[in-house]
Amino acid sequence: MIEIEHLTKVYGTHVAVSDLSFRVESGQIYGFLGPNGAGKSTTMNIMTGCLSATSGHVRIDGYDIFEEPEKAKKLIGYLPEQPPLYPNETPLEYLRFVGEAKGLRGEELERQIRSVTAQAKIETVQNRRISDLSKGFKQRVGIAQALLGNPNIIILDEPTVGLDPIQIIEIRALIKELGEHHTVIFSSHILSEAQNICDQILIISKGRLVAFDCPDNLEKQMLRSSEITLTTEASQEEASQILCGIDGIVDTQLMPREDGLLGIRLETDSDDLTALSRRLFFAFAAQHRALLEMSLKKASLEEVFLELTEESGELAQEPAQPQHGEERQGDSQ
Amino acid sequence: MGFAAVLCNIQAAFSNFEFVFYFSSLIFVIIVPILTMRTIAEERKQKTDQLLYSLPITTTQIVLGKYLALLVVYLIPLCIISFYPLIFSLFGDVYLLTSYGSIAAFFLMGAAFLAMGIFISSLTDNQGFAAGITIALILFNYYSVSLSEYTSSTMFGSLLTFYALAIVVGVVVRVLTKNDALAYGVSIVLLLGIAILCFVDSSLFEGLLPAMTETLSLLERFNSFVNGVFDMTTIVYYLSVIVFFLFLSVQSLEKRRYN
Repeated sequence: MIEIEHLTKVYGTHVAVSDLSFRVESGQIYGFLGPNGAGKSTTMNIMTGCLSATSGHVRIDGYDIFEEPEKAKKLIGYLPEQPPLYPNETPLEYLRFVGEAKGLRGEELERQIRSVTAQAKIETVQNRRISDLSKGFKQRVGIAQALLGNPNIIILDEPTVGLDPIQIIEIRALIKELGEHHTVIFSSHILSEAQNICDQILIISKGRLVAFDCPDNLEKQMLRSSEITLTTEASQEEASQILCGIDGIVDTQLMPREDGLLGIRLETDSDDLTALSRRLFFAFAAQHRALLEMSLKKASLEEVFLELTEESGELAQEPAQPQHGEERQGDSQ
Repeated sequence: MGFAAVLCNIQAAFSNFEFVFYFSSLIFVIIVPILTMRTIAEERKQKTDQLLYSLPITTTQIVLGKYLALLVVYLIPLCIISFYPLIFSLFGDVYLLTSYGSIAAFFLMGAAFLAMGIFISSLTDNQGFAAGITIALILFNYYSVSLSEYTSSTMFGSLLTFYALAIVVGVVVRVLTKNDALAYGVSIVLLLGIAILCFVDSSLFEGLLPAMTETLSLLERFNSFVNGVFDMTTIVYYLSVIVFFLFLSVQSLEKRRYN
């Protein structure tokens, strides 16, 4: 369990983390979200004792990280943003070094090294030089290092950044697996990632905690209006005419496509999306205009995220993530 | 080292092994920076220092671990060299006591340079820079005495030199802490202190600079061992230099958490 109370970190005149307080309970996966520069890494560095705080407390299972650092650090495994690896060593040598620094010796050390290499799936590369490994394997060696000493809490700073899609999926699976026996806190600026694997999501922006809840609740509480996307063979005029006769539509966007079809994006405040899509279907059918595609999309966490971070005065300038596309599509009809 | 031994003991047929150390002490300019330049600077560059900070070990343990590792590397050739006097003694009279006394002092002097090197490495994340500064410092140790002898030894001359030094200290403080007020403060306090001292006892400053550099130079103090005197004050001085610089290195690492 981690308690963070009124944590503040100031760099010169720049406030990186401002009066942050939250509690992390054992046995769950926590996603730490925020735009770049929101203070995620700073918070994690403070939690793991790599950085001092300007004020506030961090307690790991009751041990203050500033006052009893040795005891507190024993309970944490940390993977910083850039995996801290010695490129000239092999993963095995590296793990042995970290294990010894964590106070493991002899048979216990060898046993733990075997178990973490198996967990991180790096047995095949354990005798190659770290500098020759791919980024995905380096990340895994970094995770293996964090697992040594069997800490209760595992903190991973942006573990999937810079990996290819397959590696990202593998690392996510690994995080899920770790969540079964450890408390995992990982930071990310990719929302779908957190949405998929976290039990709880913390969103911070400009060093402040703006939301802390489970993914479903966050979606529910923040956004009501939803979206329906249509593709039809009707012309723009016909489409606007048809849509005029249907209530429950808040906003309409017509997007003519190159192949002569018309894309329409509707925003609605109605709770019953199915009823609305039925009305749409029959309205178009009545005019002998086929609906070629219709998809429903509920408010995604991404919108929650944007709203929250914009609310606190900062535009989240996230590059479009390719994997958002797939998950956005709701149940197509 | 072996080369120096050949030159000194075999070619010139001196039977004093301790002269070898006097000749070969310049190798510190090369070996100390090579050994120390990457110790902490490279950790910082590779960001592996984050690992060290997050491990359940103290900063003191980190610094001591690194320092002991360096000492072992430095001790291995010295162990081999310590057989030389024995070998030479088979062929003639060798003053074994002074020889081994010098070896011990030589080891401690090198250890003091290594501690300095570690501290300098902890100040930067650039290996080259760390090596450069370390070389400059060691060379300064070699030549400070002869350099200071060139400065005027009159009261007024050495007063001026000390003023210049006070300003240099201020500049160094400014560079290290990036704090103008502190730098000016240190300089002004030093300048005032010198002026007051000068006012109280003006004879104090005559020939003070050469005397000071002689006391502070690690190498100058080593000469007494070469001359066959086992000088305990020097041993204590070396040990305190080691402790001082290791302490500074720990502080420098600790400070990293507060920036």
